[in-house]
Amino acid sequence: MSTSPHIRTPLARVRGFGSAKSGTEHFWRQRVTAVANIPLTIAAVIILITLLGRNQAAVAQILGSPTIAIIMLLFIASITIHMRIGMAVVIEDYVHDETLKLVALMANTFFTIVVGLTAAFGILRLSFGL
Amino acid sequence: MADTRAPVARPLSPHLQIYRPMLTMMMSIVHRITGFGLYFGTLLLAWWFLAAGGPNGYARFTWFAGSWIGRLILLGYTWALIHHMLGGIRHLIWDTGRGFGPTEREWLVAANLVGSIVITLILWVIGLLALGGTP
Repeated sequence: MSTSPHIRTPLARVRGFGSAKSGTEHFWRQRVTAVANIPLTIAAVIILITLLGRNQAAVAQILGSPTIAIIMLLFIASITIHMRIGMAVVIEDYVHDETLKLVALMANTFFTIVVGLTAAFGILRLSFGL
Repeated sequence: MADTRAPVARPLSPHLQIYRPMLTMMMSIVHRITGFGLYFGTLLLAWWFLAAGGPNGYARFTWFAGSWIGRLILLGYTWALIHHMLGGIRHLIWDTGRGFGPTEREWLVAANLVGSIVITLILWVIGLLALGGTP
């Protein structure tokens, strides 16, 4: 019935060749992290409010406790991935000079990784009592 | 054709200045601006977690967070966070193809704006009470 010698569908040949060479991957990841951000943000805001007015030792104890630390690490991971995709969209929309755009996109990757790992280190240090 | 004339100044695709400002449009812009602000606000979060490692560092952080400029930034961060979160929920609803009717979409953006302000005020009242009533 089919005259095509190819077993692969047309989709397989175009997949990964969008304007950003990544198809809908970023679109979908932005939604997945957006969904994750909702409960994580609510939890993080409640936790941060409970820290107010407490001294450093108490704050370190709360943030370093296993459940709180895991929630905060998940929050950091989810928001920084979301941040990187979101800022990339903003850069691609407004920065039209190719060189400047590449530099900005690279700086965006570096910034989000540095902020994410620094915040995560801050939490892990409290958990492990370093 | 040999005689190429000077290019006609054709209008480009319609952009912001063409449309009458609408609440849905404004809130779309605000969603992007709040996301942009939150991006850099995360530096404060990293500072807070790092500072919690020692009393001197934590004293510096709480001094800054308690200063008028620090509080202004944190108030803006709180509002941006809540606004972006509610705006995100609105966009997730729209992603399912629901809520695009004339009254529904206006209601959603109005709820986004009012909700973000109300929740921010509630959080700050709770926060200031937790600090011992010192404004």
